Amino acid sequence: MSAALLAEQLLNGLQFGVMLFLMAAGLTLIFGVMGLINLAHGSLYMIGAFAAAGMAALTGSFLLALAAALMAAAIVGAIVEMVVIRRLYDRDHLDQVLATFALILIFSEGTRFLFGSLPLYLDTPDLLSGPTTLFGGLEYSKYRLFIIAVGLAVGGGLFWLIARTRLGIQIRAGKADREMIAALGVDIRRLYTLVFALGAALAGLAGAMIGAIQSVEVGMGEPVLILAFVVIVIGGIGSIKGAFVGALLVGMTDTLGRVLLPQAFGLFMDASSATTVGASLASMSIYILMAGILLFRPSGLFGGQA
Amino acid sequence: MTLKTIALAGLMAGVSTFAMAQEPVRVGMITTLSGGGAGLGIDVRDGFMLAMEQAGRDDIEVIIEDDERAPDRAVQLADRMIQSDDVDIMTGIIWSNLAMAVIPSTVAQGVFYLSPNAGPSQLAGAGCNENYFNVAWQNDNLHEAAGAYANTAGYSNSFILAPNYPAGRDALTGYQRMFEGDVAQEVYTQLGQTDYAAEISQIRNSGADSVYFFLPGGMGIAFVRQYAESGVDIPLIGPAFSFDQGILGAVGDAALGVHNTSQWSADIDNPTNMAFVEAFQAEYGRLPSLYASQGFDTANLMLSALDVASPDDPDAFRAALEAADFDSTRGDFAFGPNHHPIQDIYVREVVMVDGVLTNRIVGTALEDRGDAYADQCNM
Repeated sequence: MSAALLAEQLLNGLQFGVMLFLMAAGLTLIFGVMGLINLAHGSLYMIGAFAAAGMAALTGSFLLALAAALMAAAIVGAIVEMVVIRRLYDRDHLDQVLATFALILIFSEGTRFLFGSLPLYLDTPDLLSGPTTLFGGLEYSKYRLFIIAVGLAVGGGLFWLIARTRLGIQIRAGKADREMIAALGVDIRRLYTLVFALGAALAGLAGAMIGAIQSVEVGMGEPVLILAFVVIVIGGIGSIKGAFVGALLVGMTDTLGRVLLPQAFGLFMDASSATTVGASLASMSIYILMAGILLFRPSGLFGGQA
Repeated sequence: MTLKTIALAGLMAGVSTFAMAQEPVRVGMITTLSGGGAGLGIDVRDGFMLAMEQAGRDDIEVIIEDDERAPDRAVQLADRMIQSDDVDIMTGIIWSNLAMAVIPSTVAQGVFYLSPNAGPSQLAGAGCNENYFNVAWQNDNLHEAAGAYANTAGYSNSFILAPNYPAGRDALTGYQRMFEGDVAQEVYTQLGQTDYAAEISQIRNSGADSVYFFLPGGMGIAFVRQYAESGVDIPLIGPAFSFDQGILGAVGDAALGVHNTSQWSADIDNPTNMAFVEAFQAEYGRLPSLYASQGFDTANLMLSALDVASPDDPDAFRAALEAADFDSTRGDFAFGPNHHPIQDIYVREVVMVDGVLTNRIVGTALEDRGDAYADQCNM
């Protein structure tokens, strides 16, 4: 494999990883701070994508579409937190899983009712469409570079928010001791709504950005949700740093596995069965990675006292 | 709505004291109506129901269910239709992995299966069954034609790409059966995959002079959009599934001028097809795809057999199906010994007509093509 191809595949892996990070960050924050398993996180991703597609169809502006995705996902997230999720904090995880699974069904059917079951398509803006030439004559899609840039910027912003702001202190404190922070006079209900809306907005942003290169359809969030869970389990539940490292690991493993495994099997098998076996094994690779990491670090790479 | 009227009519015929003692014929349609594969199932259903409506028969009840492209869901629906709805005929499945999960047990229980789309090689060869008919094609067919086309177009080194499921493996086998050039690389993706960045990078670095890809439904839309975005300019060839009417609308100008192979096209010049295209547009307000034509042909085949015999008399009904005495949108249509079609396969080009992208026939790739598995079939 040439160096150019390897570099391009690394960029692909990075782009996929960054997208997973946007999903996993919200999921891990919500679990870390509120102790809540939110299966409906994938629906917020879908809502972001549909809001973007709707706004783009109305105005034709990609920036407005992204803004609409952030707003819609955050608002829906806040409403869901206040109406449903708030009642679940003291219940056990099984109740949370049941209730948020019901939310998936409600959002999926609701979206199908509003937009129909056929996929929608969101166009990339003219400024970002087509390829650009990088170092060493490497050609790469501008839009995918844009996703990487946005994802890294959001990641940086999130670290700053958690480490350097008052809200970040409250989030960290809420994670450590829920009763104590309430006793100190922090409005814990408002904090929870805020964290939930923040996580939802990140999922919505991921959905809108991915919607432009794939398709916007009902049920698009669930496959990503599964991967996001793999990411936070690998990274350690509740840790933003873990989510970031886990997302990049999963993104790279998946992309490189898809490329390298069939070629590796090709060394000692005939081409057609090597591609079949390689492709099948590639789809398992991230789960093997997860199992391997859990074997040595049962609470994930950056998981503290679970 | 059409479903309801027909179901209601069927029900009324059943309870009316004036109706004949005969039960209505029940047809179970399991197809994909949601998610990334929805376009295909919706077209098959609409084509099928258009033929039913034109026939105006009130003694046939069609039960339609969505399988969501999930094999376990399809199996569940099929069990319910056979055991509690007591269907006589089943149809509708789009995807070959679902077909493999449902069809063998369906026909083993004495229910007729008319496939409007999926034609996995297993069911054409050793696994063929007297009660299974494929009205579309054996999976390999369109890909064989594409391989033959690639030879005449002068390509000598193809990058080939398909999802890792029965029809995907049939596709790449079919292409290589006819293609005389080299294969630069053979890549299998996941069924339902929506991001093709890794594959497109491989194509860019492969040194191939042509890319053959089989990605039906939403997968094809995602691939062609991302391919255009990536700036790779190696020419694409595909079967009609990669450039059907549903995909063209979503892909846009990126598809213009691309060649693809199909057993059907809106511009095949025969009265049945002309009338079908016009009626479909009038009813649904969009151009029909090959899937719609397959649904329409499946219904008309079934209706032609029901005119002669009832499924309660399986031998007579089977003989009536084998005769294939109906006007196909494809013109000539006949079944081979394994109940798969023998038909011409055309090369089409994507063109712009009155501001709408569509396909136009530019030549014939294979004439009277049966399939490669017929002699393994022992019925």
